[in-house]
Amino acid sequence: MVNKLVIANLRHRPLRTILSAVAIGVQVTMVLTLVGVSRGMLADVANRSKGTGADILVKPPGSSPFGFSTNFPEKIIPFLRKQKHVTVATGTLVQPIGGLDSVTGINLAEFNSLSGGFRYLEGGPFKGPYEILVDEVYSRSNKKREGDAVNILGRDWRVSGVVESGKLSRMFVQLAVLQDLTANNGKVTVGYLKLDDPANTKAVIVSLKSQLTGYPIYSMEEFVSLISINNVAMLKNFIAVIITLGVLIGFLVVFLSMYTAVLERTREIGILKALGASPMFILGVLLRETFVLAVIGSVLGILFTYGTRLLITTFVPTMSQAIVPEWWPIAAGIALTGSMLGAIYPGLKAARQDAIEALTYD
Amino acid sequence: MTDAPIIEIRDLRKAYRMGDVEVAALRGVDLSVQRGEFLSVIGPSGSGKSTLFHVLGGLTPPTSGTILINGRDLVQMGEAERTELRKTQVGFVFQKYNLLPTLSAADNIAIARYISGKHKDGDEQFDEIIRLLGLKGRLNHKPRAMSGGEQQRVAIARAIVNHPAILLADEPTGNLDTENSTAVLELMRDLNQRLGQTILMITHNPEAAQYGHRTVRMRDGRIVTV
Repeated sequence: MVNKLVIANLRHRPLRTILSAVAIGVQVTMVLTLVGVSRGMLADVANRSKGTGADILVKPPGSSPFGFSTNFPEKIIPFLRKQKHVTVATGTLVQPIGGLDSVTGINLAEFNSLSGGFRYLEGGPFKGPYEILVDEVYSRSNKKREGDAVNILGRDWRVSGVVESGKLSRMFVQLAVLQDLTANNGKVTVGYLKLDDPANTKAVIVSLKSQLTGYPIYSMEEFVSLISINNVAMLKNFIAVIITLGVLIGFLVVFLSMYTAVLERTREIGILKALGASPMFILGVLLRETFVLAVIGSVLGILFTYGTRLLITTFVPTMSQAIVPEWWPIAAGIALTGSMLGAIYPGLKAARQDAIEALTYD
Repeated sequence: MTDAPIIEIRDLRKAYRMGDVEVAALRGVDLSVQRGEFLSVIGPSGSGKSTLFHVLGGLTPPTSGTILINGRDLVQMGEAERTELRKTQVGFVFQKYNLLPTLSAADNIAIARYISGKHKDGDEQFDEIIRLLGLKGRLNHKPRAMSGGEQQRVAIARAIVNHPAILLADEPTGNLDTENSTAVLELMRDLNQRLGQTILMITHNPEAAQYGHRTVRMRDGRIVTV
């Protein structure tokens, strides 16, 4: 019977119910989209790293797994190439160009040996120094095709080819040109090694670590496993901020909605009291209404994430958003917590309502 | 009617505080109501009729005096016990019907049974009450789709569905036209006669008061004529 009353109350004011549920849904979407984009972007980085075909990565001393701001001497690459079991060794220089974008300097021949070569969708390899290869996602989102000019690092680069996505970067230029242009002559950011047999990875890493003191050396498997939200401190903090905001929004939305509902239903609360309803009964009705709103809002929020993914794919193809079902209960829990907190004060106000005053309320 | 009074009130006083001023709404009410009696309470506005009903119905605590309902002293009751009293011993009928607008007539009646905790038990008299009140074809309608007379009949059904010791009706015909007023008053008399329901009814209308076995008049917080 209480459930009937709860549903009847929610249906009695459909606009308020829908708006409250949508507002809770937006909060759920906010959390799920942020987590989804973080996961999607990191998964993209992991896939593109694996796409290099490398078995081992060597990074500069003191660098973090995801930091690309420090470099090491390029002369180490020939040393790496000479190691037992190493069949290919190449260095790349990563140059940030604003936002999350970067351009990667490669030795095309060595990179082809490492990765198995690019698949060209348009055009072909570099023919001159200031030529650039872009991947299909960059090409589509920036509307750049073979022969077009791309302006980065203060100058125009001619697109020599559009390549299939999935290999390390979205933009490639020649290593020597990028080193020269950014005053990083003789330096690289990451060294990639391909082995004769991946089963030798562990042995090669042990050997390299003994010879290159202080250099972080990862197997590709280990590097990819490190690419998670928990290992990116900034993302972790950002998600915590969004979750806090989520609880706050849920609290405010439900507080206002339920506060208005309690004022509107003063007489009805008086009627229930006259029938012998206890304060807990009245509080229970309000909390159940809130629970239903939070559940509807959570379902809407989950559905909305498919909408945000469509928007991101359409308008920002360089970003990707994963759908993260394991976060659905977490986001719903956040919505429920905020909503229940928001319902407590209006609920207590209703429960403490003076029955006679409530019955004479117009 | 039996000899044992179902309501026994002695020197009942109730004072309200309005800002810094204390207003004495009841100034020593003495009244006995027999089980199965239909009592009309009349008096001018501000005479204390509604306050008497609110105290009797456990909606507000008395300031002093004695009120025995079915042998239990209301003066000694706390908030929780008064809530229990409203659940099981008292049924209210109001001038403005006071039905829950979101529920159908049937659910308005059902929620009173749910709150009282009697919803799990069957009720042999329920169908008779519905038939007596002429509500059979109207149970699925919401209050806004019903006339004032129909709404008041639903309110009466809701008030008596838990078989309360007393039915308190505060101006039950105040919002109704003559025809519906007569219908409601006859229903109440019928309920009193057939089911032995004890009824206390506040009214301004002397003709309505005639439906009771007895009429008491209130003035300035006291019963002046019995």
